[in-house]
Amino acid sequence: MENHAAAEPHVHVVPLRLLLGVGALLIVLTGVTVGVTYVDLGRLNVVVALAIAVVKATFVALYFMHLRWDRPLNAVVFLTALGCVVLFVLLAILDTGQYHTDRIPDHAPAVHR
Amino acid sequence: MSHAPDHPAHLAHHYETPRQQFEAGKLGMWLFLVTEVLLFGGLFCWYAVYRANQPEVFLAGHRYLDKSLGGLNTIVLIVSSVTMALAVRAAQLGNRRALLGFLAATFLFACCFLGVKYVEYSHKIRDGLLPGRHFQPAAEKTGAGRVPVAPADAPPDAPPAPAPADPAPAGAPAPPPGAADAPRLVPSAAGPEGLAPPPTREVAAEAGRKSVHLFFGIYFVMTGLHGLHVIAGMIVIAWLFFRARRGAFSPSYWLPVDLGGLYWHLVDVIWIFLFPLLYLIH
Amino acid sequence: MSTVEAAVPGAEPRSYLQEGRGIRSWIFTLDHKRIGVLYLVSVMASFLLGGLFALLVRTELLTPQRTIMDAQTYNQMFTLHGAVMIFLFIIPGIPAVIGNFVLPLMLGAKDVAFPRLNLASWWLYVVGSLFALASILIGAVDTGWTFYTPYSTETSTAVVPMTMGAFILGFSSVFTGLNFIVTIHKLRPAGMGWFRMPLLLWALYATAIIQVLATPVLGITLILLIVERVVGVGIFDPALGGDPVLYQHFFWFYSHPAVYIMILPAMGVVSEVISVFSRKHIFGYSFIAGSSIAIAFLSFLVWGHHMFTSGQSPLANTIFSALTFSVAIPSAVKVFNWLATMFRGNIVLKTPMLWILGFIFLFGIGGLTGLFLGALATVIHVHDTYFVVSHFHYTMFGGPVMALMGALFFWWPKFFGRMYVEFWGKVSAVVVFIGFNVTFFPQFILGLRGMPRRYYNYPPEFESLHVLSTLGGYFLSIGFLIAFFTLVHAIFRGKKAAANPFGAATMEWQTSSPPPLHNFVEAPHVGDPYDLAGLVYDEASDGFRPAAKEGSS
Repeated sequence: MENHAAAEPHVHVVPLRLLLGVGALLIVLTGVTVGVTYVDLGRLNVVVALAIAVVKATFVALYFMHLRWDRPLNAVVFLTALGCVVLFVLLAILDTGQYHTDRIPDHAPAVHR
Repeated sequence: MSHAPDHPAHLAHHYETPRQQFEAGKLGMWLFLVTEVLLFGGLFCWYAVYRANQPEVFLAGHRYLDKSLGGLNTIVLIVSSVTMALAVRAAQLGNRRALLGFLAATFLFACCFLGVKYVEYSHKIRDGLLPGRHFQPAAEKTGAGRVPVAPADAPPDAPPAPAPADPAPAGAPAPPPGAADAPRLVPSAAGPEGLAPPPTREVAAEAGRKSVHLFFGIYFVMTGLHGLHVIAGMIVIAWLFFRARRGAFSPSYWLPVDLGGLYWHLVDVIWIFLFPLLYLIH
Repeated sequence: MSTVEAAVPGAEPRSYLQEGRGIRSWIFTLDHKRIGVLYLVSVMASFLLGGLFALLVRTELLTPQRTIMDAQTYNQMFTLHGAVMIFLFIIPGIPAVIGNFVLPLMLGAKDVAFPRLNLASWWLYVVGSLFALASILIGAVDTGWTFYTPYSTETSTAVVPMTMGAFILGFSSVFTGLNFIVTIHKLRPAGMGWFRMPLLLWALYATAIIQVLATPVLGITLILLIVERVVGVGIFDPALGGDPVLYQHFFWFYSHPAVYIMILPAMGVVSEVISVFSRKHIFGYSFIAGSSIAIAFLSFLVWGHHMFTSGQSPLANTIFSALTFSVAIPSAVKVFNWLATMFRGNIVLKTPMLWILGFIFLFGIGGLTGLFLGALATVIHVHDTYFVVSHFHYTMFGGPVMALMGALFFWWPKFFGRMYVEFWGKVSAVVVFIGFNVTFFPQFILGLRGMPRRYYNYPPEFESLHVLSTLGGYFLSIGFLIAFFTLVHAIFRGKKAAANPFGAATMEWQTSSPPPLHNFVEAPHVGDPYDLAGLVYDEASDGFRPAAKEGSS
């Protein structure tokens, strides 16, 4: 094992055009996500907005944050955090969705007797 | 490649090689970002639970926000992310002038972001939309129509298309009444017979307006905490700038620039989610 | 390679205790060992404070009516007891005291990955404690340590300073965890593979994962609580349009994993001590290691079992109850492996082993009563009674505290290079064990008979059991006082300790007691951490040394 190669940090210089290209793509996607709000997709509007946000975030993480070339461990660490948040949100919604029957003020459902 | 001496000055005593130190620093930063993600995760959970259960509040609330200012800020932050990535690249290549330039540019874009936020916040404050016990919408105080009040008798099935004269030119951010965005309410109140029928759309819209202070609680806490992170990032960038000016970085040592960049990109990523969730509600 | 065997130090290297004098050399030190000692002092001070509150609470409960304090003070006392014990004592206890000192040594590293962050963690601990103490002076909190809304947004006591304190303490805990993860990943020396790590390191690693993932959620919860209280934003308070059950989701998403921050490192300590004092290789190494990781994973899936009776939906109750039972599996895996390690071992009943045997017994009871509470039907009957109080004291006190005391007696010679008086060490362990059971076993009975927790007065028929419990509490405290005097006495008057007084094979025992500044004079020999056969007793130093090598290294 060459001692020197192992001793120096692993460097990956991202090509200039790639960085600028990703930046341009992110701006385009911002336009798209604004544009989509003018189209009525029903409940899908939220899904589409979030999907676009996920795509944008993925590009930032892969290229700006170098995850594409980094040690996989760092990506695993980051994904674990996201998984944890998703778990938290899903279980909390699952529960609150059950007991939040109607929280509209002055319109609490009357109980028939 | 320049040869690092046996134990270069920037190598702490307990590391064997620069590479070990570099990787430890990177992993440490990613773990720190994990804590940030979970900190904001709590806020996203708050948002998600309320949005899932009271969508009408969000529909009513988002009309007070200015999509164009929000969009502008999104673009500002993305561009600042690009300049930060370029700064890291310049540091890797040992180009000190470019490094200083890109760090300064990032800092300036961050200032822009805060400037726009200032404009947005001051409008909200003028309209009495601060959350909590400071919530006193201008309409209630003055009777003026500055604060949009969607008529309760909005035609429920009106086509959403003509989303009224949308984003007013910057400077006049109060959006007009979104009469067309007839709120949808999940009829969760319809329980097994014992319960009353679900409220109508009009009732829901009215309820959304009544509870709109909940939206501003979420809006101010989320954007406020994000703003604090922007300020923290600016401090980091300024620190990197001064260290770079003193020539602290070289192609064999640019770890701090990289770590500062990671932090800044995370701030960007969080905004990428905040923007559609707060401003772009349909 | 193995020159260590030859290194019977004629001239002892200067120990870390001799590097620098004066208070500044301590409070600004970057040495993980000194930071461990700083934590030791501050955590033990908190323990005494929390113990004092506990004694006041128990004394008040001697009689069915007012004994020594009014009801409001009583509410404040049990809140402070809980908050101080949890945030200031148990959570930083084993990781920050034992972990900081021992982890790099066990790993064969010179320090933790980020020494400055490590020092910052201790300073944050101090600042956070000051906030908590300040709240005691301004108007001690009376909400219970859980700060449940809406009461916590309405009470006039000093909720904000206390929650700020807990928030800062959370950061301190995160920094420790972050440091440990990076240290274990990146600072393992050549030859130290994952499966050559002592089990305490696996446990600390699993703990650190929880610290990093869960603690920020507590941070944001407390911030939201402060925002709600100060600004009046509707988040958790129904009067403001908030949702109080959501607060409990937020709180327990951290605070359930937090109980594993407390117990996992304790289990790591048990794995070390039990092998050494059974003079036998640990049984089922990879299962114990894996169960630590499994517990860390499962800890994130069971928070709802704290909310079975507080408005959580039946659907969520069912899911969380089922998941809760699954935690019993990795926990039992550990216990059975410890028992198998002792089986046919040559058990040496020295002080650390006594504490650890106490751990296994008490934690066994605590764990099994946990099953009652995880079952949806029985919990309806016993929730919020003394049964719960007793259960979590058997797990949290019978677990981490017994293990911490065992760990202190086990590593004390390494910390300070001095031996304590064995007799008094044993006495303290036995007194605490008896006192503990006298204190808390009656509480199971009280709980099943319907005595609610946190009540100031109670019907006269409960009096005898309450008196018994209080007397047990006094006896228990005497045991701790004996332990503290024994340990402190050792520092000043103790006999000089050998490098390896108990005959353990992990790497911290290969360096001198106490270790030099950079831990090892010569690179330590990395081997099986539980291979005790290679060690022989050396009468001259009253310690163990490696057997004369036979050709192989």
